[in-house]
Formats: sequence, C-alpha cells, structure tokens
Amino acid sequence: MSSQQAVAQQILAAHAKDPAQKTGAQIVWEVLTRLGVEVVFGYPGGAIMPTYDAMPGYPIRHVLVRHEQGAAHMADGYARASGKVGVAIATSGPGATNLVTGIATAMLDSSPVVCITGQVSSAAIGSDAFQEIDITGITLPITKHNYLISRAEDVAPALFEAFEIALSGRPGPVLVDITKDAQQAMARFDPKAPIPRTMRRRPRPAPRPDAIARAAELIDNSERPLILAGQGVIASGSGELLREFAEKTGVPVASTLLGLGGFPASHPLSLGMMGMHGEAWVNTSMQEADLLIALGMRFDDRVTGKLSTFAVHAKKIHAEIDPSEINKNVKVDVALPGDLRKTLEALVPAVQKRTRRNWLERIGALRGEVARRDVQSKPSRGKLFAPHVLHDLWRLTDGKALVVTDVGQHQMWEAQYYKHDRARSLITSGGLGTMGFALPAAIGARFARPQDDIWVVAGDGGFQMTSCELTTCAQEGIKVNIAIINNGYLGMVRQWQEFFYNRRYVATPLKSPDFVTLAQAHGLTGFRVTSRDEIPGAVDRARKEPGTVVVDFRVEQEEAVYPMVPANSDLRDMIRRPAAFEEEEFQETD
Amino acid sequence: MSHDSAFSIPKGRLSAQTLIAYVEDRPGTLNRIVSLFRRRGFNIDSLTVGRTERPGISRITVVVRADDDTARRLEANLYKLVNVVHVDDVTHAPSVTREMAFVKVRAGQDRRAELLQLVQTFRARVVDLGPESIIVETTGTQEKLDGLIEVLRPFGILELVRTGAVAMLRGPGTGAMDETQEAEDGVAA
Repeated sequence: MSSQQAVAQQILAAHAKDPAQKTGAQIVWEVLTRLGVEVVFGYPGGAIMPTYDAMPGYPIRHVLVRHEQGAAHMADGYARASGKVGVAIATSGPGATNLVTGIATAMLDSSPVVCITGQVSSAAIGSDAFQEIDITGITLPITKHNYLISRAEDVAPALFEAFEIALSGRPGPVLVDITKDAQQAMARFDPKAPIPRTMRRRPRPAPRPDAIARAAELIDNSERPLILAGQGVIASGSGELLREFAEKTGVPVASTLLGLGGFPASHPLSLGMMGMHGEAWVNTSMQEADLLIALGMRFDDRVTGKLSTFAVHAKKIHAEIDPSEINKNVKVDVALPGDLRKTLEALVPAVQKRTRRNWLERIGALRGEVARRDVQSKPSRGKLFAPHVLHDLWRLTDGKALVVTDVGQHQMWEAQYYKHDRARSLITSGGLGTMGFALPAAIGARFARPQDDIWVVAGDGGFQMTSCELTTCAQEGIKVNIAIINNGYLGMVRQWQEFFYNRRYVATPLKSPDFVTLAQAHGLTGFRVTSRDEIPGAVDRARKEPGTVVVDFRVEQEEAVYPMVPANSDLRDMIRRPAAFEEEEFQETD
Repeated sequence: MSHDSAFSIPKGRLSAQTLIAYVEDRPGTLNRIVSLFRRRGFNIDSLTVGRTERPGISRITVVVRADDDTARRLEANLYKLVNVVHVDDVTHAPSVTREMAFVKVRAGQDRRAELLQLVQTFRARVVDLGPESIIVETTGTQEKLDGLIEVLRPFGILELVRTGAVAMLRGPGTGAMDETQEAEDGVAA
C-alpha cells in the first residue's frame, strides 16, 4: 500500500469515529465555504497539493491562473470590485514569491486579500528543502499580518482571523502559510460552531467630540475650503454622507486617484483628480484654499508635490481610519482618527449650511481658462489621440462601465477623461503603481460583478507583463473588454525622458506582438482601431462579443499627459500644454 | 541602530521618548517590531524585551529619539501590529526608568584606590576584581549611567554593555489593565 493510500485510510477511519475530524486541507475549504467565499484564484504545486486534492465537493470556484502574480491581482480586483475578501492560493517557494508583487499592490492600496500558500513539511523547515522559502519573513512588511501554520488544529483559527484582519480597520492583505503536514493531519472542525471572534482588543480610534466641534468651527469660518476625498470614502461606504456634507457646507470636492467615484464626477461641486496629473484648477484651488478637509486619504507625494510648498495658507483637517497616517507627511490642525462614516455622521449635523459663491466663482474662472486647453477641443485630423479614446469610451459606455486600468499614461488619461459617478467603478494600482495589474484585476472583478460592462485599459507595455492571463480568460470563459492604448513606447517613462532627460529615449521604444493575432491565438477576438471615427463601432462590437475582446488602439506615439507637476515641485509649477500648439489648434477650429 | 528618518515633516524638539509595548509571546513578534522601526525610519535608542506577570505576554520598553508627534505615530504604528496587545507612552507620565550597565575598566595598582572611591560615590558595585581590571555594575537613569561612564573613561574602558531602559508607571495603575477604557475612548491624536 502506498503512503498516500495509507493516509486516505487513516482519514476514513478517523472520520468514521468522529465526523467532525477533518484534514487541515479540508478545514481550509470548510472555513472558506463558511466565510462565503465564492471563488479562489490559484496555481497548484507540491506543497499545496493536499489542499487542492480536498477542493472538489466544496461550492467554491477555482480559477487557474497562468502566473501567481495574476492570482494575487485577481483576488485584489475581486476585493476592490466587491468590498469582500479576495482569496489567492499558491504553492511554496516560487509560487509564494510570485505572489509578492500582488500582495504589495494590495498593501499599498489597502485592499482586503487573503493569500494561502503551501509550505514544506514542518520537519523540513529551515533545511533549505526543495521549494522552501521563508514567505512569512518575505511578506512581513507587505502584509497586515501573516501566519505560519504547522498544525491542523491551527488552520481554522488562523483563517478566520486572517479574514477579520484583512477587512477590519484599514483593510489590507494577510498571508497564511500552511505546512504540508498541517494540511494532511487531522483536527476537529465543527462546521456548525459559531465563527470565533478574535479575543484581541484593538483600540478603535474615534474622533473626540471637541475635535469634531473644532473641525466644524474651522469649516464654518473658512472662505476657501476644499474637500480632498480619498479611497476611504469608498472603503467606508460614505459616498452619500460625503455628498450631504459637501452640499450642506457648499465645499467643492477634489479626489485622489483612488478616490475617483467616491463623489460623483457629474456633481457641480466635483472638481476631479488632484495631484501630479490633476487638472490645473484642482491644484491651484488646493494651493489657494484656506482650509483642506482631507477625508480617507494619506497625502501621498503624488498628491502634495513639494511638501514645504503644499497648501501653505490652508488649515488642515484630517479624517482617517489609520491614526499612523495622521501628521505623517502633512502636519494637520485637527485630527479626526476613526471610521470615516462615523466621523461624517458626527460632522454633518455640526456644520452650518453655507454657500460659497466667491470661492466657487474663482474656481469656475480657473476652470474656464483651462477648458481652452482641453484636449477635447482638439481636432483629430485623422489621427488617434489617447485622450479621445478614453473620452469616447466614457460617452459610449454612458460612464457606467467598470474600468480597470494598468499603470502609466493611459491610467492618467483615464482618470482625467472617464468621469466616474459611482464608487467602485474604477480599479487601478495607485500606491505601488504596478504595471501588469489591469488584466488579472479585471478577471477578478468579473466574479464580483457578473453583469457589469468591464473594460481593461492598459498600455502596450504593462499589458505584456501579464498578457499570459488571456489564456485564463479563454479557459475559464471570462468576458472582459480590453483596450490597449498602444503607442509603441513605455509612454510615461518616455514623457519623463522628454521633459527631464533631454529627450534621450533610453529603453522606452517598445516592440509588441500583433495584439490582434495574439488574441486570436488564444481563441479570442481581436481587432485594431487607427482613427477616431472607428471608436464607436469598435466599442459596440467589443461589448456584443460573448468572449474577451482585445482592441488594439494605435494611438499617436509621442503624446504627453498634461498638465504635469514635476516630482517634488510646487503644485502651481505645472507643465501645461504648449501654448503655440494650442493657438494653432484653436485657429483651425474657429 | 539609528539612521536618517524618512519623514519630511519639520521636526519638533527631539527628546527621548519611552514607550512600553505589551506583545504576545509568539515566534516572529520581535522581528515584526524591529522591522517596523527599520521600515519607518524611527531611531531606536534602546529596546529591551522580557517576560511579564501575564503568561504569554512579553513587555518591550523602547526609547526613541523623536518629537511628540513622531512618538504618537510610532504608537499608532505599533498598534497596527496584530501581536501588539497594548502600548503605553510613559514619556510624560509619572514613571520610573532604569537601565543597567557593566563596565570593565583598566585598574592597575596605582589608580585602583581612586577608582574604587569613584565607584562608591556613584553607588555602583564592583562585581569582578582582577589584577588588571575590574567590572563595575551600575543601575540607574540613563543620565546617571552616562555620568559614571564619563568619569571611568580616563581609566581606560575595556568593555561596556548597557541593557537599555526598562520603565514602569508609578502608583497602582497598570497600563495594560486599563486597556478596555482606552478602547472605548479611542486613541486621540
């Protein structure tokens, strides 16, 4: 009798004696089922095989990825699209290390992801066994918490706790590394027992009443206030409260990249995205403001520019669930630590109703000046400009698509020209800026939002980093629409080379495969768009196609994203669209 | 252990800030704490770890050179570690802080009497007496230890080890036991 057969007999015997006796591997699936997990993204291998072997029979869909990085991004995309925990599974060693970029992406953007990895048997740990790696050590700084589990009875408590940690407070990734022997050994698991709550008492930060009063006073007495809305608005589900707050106080709202959709872009008080590629009126308003009300955001350097010149005339109120973010980059006058929803619930009744005509007129004037430079006023003259693609995609999808972007120029154009009115309608890698994020994240999002029109917007560079997941779409029958903004360059780096490195385009010209035939090679549909008038037909065709579609948008090669605040500069020192170019365009359209 | 802090906020007055962290006695906990200090660029003056009156709970006393805002952020960062049960910032609370040191000093016959006199003045103890050297043991505040070491230096310090500070709140209050109260009040920043 082989050892595996012996193990199987042991399991049967133990199960006959006590039906609650299960293997660690079975307990993994019992717990996931219990927690309502519908789908996991993973890749099998030696040290996780017992868990894979126990999977059939449980009501959980497994998506076989082509690279574990994809599994982590899919779990992340699922989490961001649903607000629930996304789950990725990988084996030990390279399987686990391939997850790392995806885990770090989730960490930087506070996305609730649980990664389950196999580990070599506990007896072999520390011996540099085949495919052994200290993944809990490696992921220590990029997870909220992680576990190395070497006993079957510890599997359930660790997984329950991992889910709770991933979702609670400021969400983030948790990794549970389970040794092979812990997966094979038996432990008692009662599926009907209540889900254990962690006994750990965490301080639950909440703003003091006097801080709320002081914040309200600053808001009431400010003449040029601005709300800076971050992802915390979306994560805490405070979109409606934010709207109430902004309308009552008459304060305009600027969004961070990850905050887009938290406040409707079509709302008259919405200003759009702030920061390095924020529109001029947003950044100028920020610099002219006398009060900044930061809600669920963390004053990233891409938002503030040079700190010593950032909003120097403004008092600052900072509402944030993670107290360690308060006074980190920007010193604030009033700190409101805690859940944003509770903070706003306290703040809305405390503030006075006001209108701020002068301030809004000033911002309106800034906006009017910029509108002349808007690329939408630019004739296409038979050329295909990326901003036109994004603008038209927004129009043609009625702004209702779930857009998942990669990282680079196309990402900024999307943020500028696709107007998001709803929370969780944009998924993008902000903090880590992970190229290759879009396609796998969109595949994950598909399972959270089966009915939605999902568009991947990616550059030709980033798309190639994870384009192997096209096969996953084909094998798993997943439908997403992929818009490749193909300019033949690593565009954002090329743009920096143009502005800051004397146009020496080192290692940025990029040769790509023929994306149309690449799609076809995967059994998917692909076609090409080379002029603006083809966009409506292409979008329509992509949406009607039952399977995943790749649309290769061959855009102008050397376009830059404007405006741009160079790194570590005053937000007013923007690189604007070249004036001569602008005049020429306007003479022609007149 | 110190290196440049990555934080760009202009610093307030830097002073020694003493925090006590109660942590679960589990593999890797100390690693997580040290990793946090390294990653966030906090400058550690000293760090001590030991058992407590509660089984399974270790107590870490950490002294950092920082302004008050930084200390508060450090406390908030420590709370983000799951294995950290409770944190007390005792910098501005009535507390006792002590550190211990061994100093091995060159002690030839010619200056031995003078040396022993000094040791007595500082209420330190001699715990090893050899023909060429003595080991001085001392316990006290950081300032007292600094003072003793300064006066011993001219004799020739052969070896020096300091434990780092441990601290305890004065009076009957125990920070760790008051945690329920704090959980309701919230951490005010």
